[in-house]
Amino acid sequence: MQTTAVNGANYLTYQGKYKGLLGWIFSTDHKRIGLLYLYSIATMFTTGVLLGLAMKFELLAPGKTIMEAQTYNSVFTVHGVIMIFMVVVPGLPAVFGNLMLPIMIGARDVAFPKLNLLSWWLYVSGVFLVLAALLFGKGSPDTGWTFYAPYSFKTGTNMLPAIFGAFVLGFSSILTGLNFLVTIHRLRCKGMKWMKLPLFVWTLYGTAWIQLLATPVVGITLVLVALERVFGVGIFDPALGGDPILYQHLFWIYSHPAVYIMILPAMGAISEIIPTFSQKHIFGYKAIIASTMAIAFVGYLVWGHHMFTAGMSGTAQYYFSLLTFIVAIPSAIKVFNWISTLYKGSINIQTPFYWAVSFIFVFMIGGLSGLVLGALATDVHVHDTAFVVAHFHYIVFGGTGFAFFAAMHYWFPKIFGRMYDKAWANTGWLVFFVGFLALYTPMFYLGMMGMPRRYYDYLEEFHGGNILSTFGSWVLATGFIIIVVNLVRSARKGAPAEANPWHGRTLEWTVPSPPPVLNFDKEPVIGENDGPYNYE
Amino acid sequence: MSGEKHHIVPYRLYFVVLIALLALTFASVWITSIELRDYTVAAALLFAIVKSYLVLNYFMHLKYDKPYIKIMVGFVFAIFLVMIVITFLDYLYR
Repeated sequence: MQTTAVNGANYLTYQGKYKGLLGWIFSTDHKRIGLLYLYSIATMFTTGVLLGLAMKFELLAPGKTIMEAQTYNSVFTVHGVIMIFMVVVPGLPAVFGNLMLPIMIGARDVAFPKLNLLSWWLYVSGVFLVLAALLFGKGSPDTGWTFYAPYSFKTGTNMLPAIFGAFVLGFSSILTGLNFLVTIHRLRCKGMKWMKLPLFVWTLYGTAWIQLLATPVVGITLVLVALERVFGVGIFDPALGGDPILYQHLFWIYSHPAVYIMILPAMGAISEIIPTFSQKHIFGYKAIIASTMAIAFVGYLVWGHHMFTAGMSGTAQYYFSLLTFIVAIPSAIKVFNWISTLYKGSINIQTPFYWAVSFIFVFMIGGLSGLVLGALATDVHVHDTAFVVAHFHYIVFGGTGFAFFAAMHYWFPKIFGRMYDKAWANTGWLVFFVGFLALYTPMFYLGMMGMPRRYYDYLEEFHGGNILSTFGSWVLATGFIIIVVNLVRSARKGAPAEANPWHGRTLEWTVPSPPPVLNFDKEPVIGENDGPYNYE
Repeated sequence: MSGEKHHIVPYRLYFVVLIALLALTFASVWITSIELRDYTVAAALLFAIVKSYLVLNYFMHLKYDKPYIKIMVGFVFAIFLVMIVITFLDYLYR
């Protein structure tokens, strides 16, 4: 089923009510909003990478290298706030969810297009508020991205704009989740039953529930921190009868499910790429759906594993440790399904495939190191060490980040109607992958040996590992530059892309590249024998 | 959707619910004047639950919605309840 563009216009060239930039920032077209998110998030990601490089450069040698200790505190805080709240949480849902979700379910747009545009405006407003906290007033926040009490209401730095910015970013996330939930429930084309939905859509569905239910908790928590800071109400301040551990409970009730906001759509993108490049029906379609929903549900109940050394009761520690082990099972199911899909497939090795298999590799290391942290006895030894930083980056950067690049290279021809230079894309992946391993793997060792996280200075015995890690950051940055230059150049000057260059079976590959303004000339109909992964 | 039936709720019912909500609000304030010790919070939560029930069912039309919408809302409250219970695994056993 191949549809044609209305009068030859696609969403990139379409001239609406407004011209130029206004035609983009006031557009309610889901695809244009997806691209707005892409450019905004790419800008923030680059900023976060630069801050990360500065941190690693500082750690190249013990003592002061390029910045003061207070600056270092601010740099790791800002790096975390940008990367979490502005990059990985909105990342895949806001960019590829917006770009692809309606097309994948045969709809013309999301259920609430104006609300969708408002989400982007809220995102940009949140970004500016946080940036204001960094650049003006009493100095950048220095509490770490977690805004832990009592630091967050005791520090003299610019906390209120940063908290308010995170609060606004949360609203953006809630509105996107709400929009996707209603879209998936109400706008599926004829014949697109629940068990015919592409897995990326299923993961967006699970993610949307988490965005809708968990994000308000952190919003309220941040308001309480602001009240504590301004009025001294005594909720978290022990001097006033409050409990700082309550802050950690409330913060992680959101922020642990937020990890699944980050990783579930990433798993969805990988679940699209693996069958396409194996030209084979995905193994265990229903098992992947069940594991997606299980992760979304159980993910709500394990937040306390971030607090094993915080002073929580022993009963709660046992409980959280047990459930943490249980939540590992659905993730493992997905990995087994992806590998089983590859088995005896007609594998077509292309750039998205490289990203997808390297995702599985690093995600498994990240996941298994998570069990070290989920087990009470071992967590006590490595808590708040570089081991945690390594685990976290293997999951969030190696997981969500790699999946983002996989999705970018997978859907790039569809989004821009042009093909990238494959040789440069493969080179970029290889350099990036090697840099990633060199950057984060030494941190596992450093953490096991006792190097604390967020420390400006360290003992001489940790010097070698830090040199290797800093060197890795430079290699990774080189890979990133290759990838970005290749993609930006290809978006403008790449060879025209076919409608279905990878021979995918989901609906987005049935429309021209780039897609027409209204996606489909007429509403597609899914037959009884059609399915998203029905390969010959 | 245009093909679906919409239940029209009479203004009278909205007014009755509004009066009930106001009465419950006053009652929740009044009950704090009685010494209930450990049950003070329970009493406040009980009033809040009844008020939420009224708002959800009548103002938000849940009473007239399809079963799957009711199940989704029920799921949300189940999650919320589980979170409260788990948090108290810490506070009650510290």
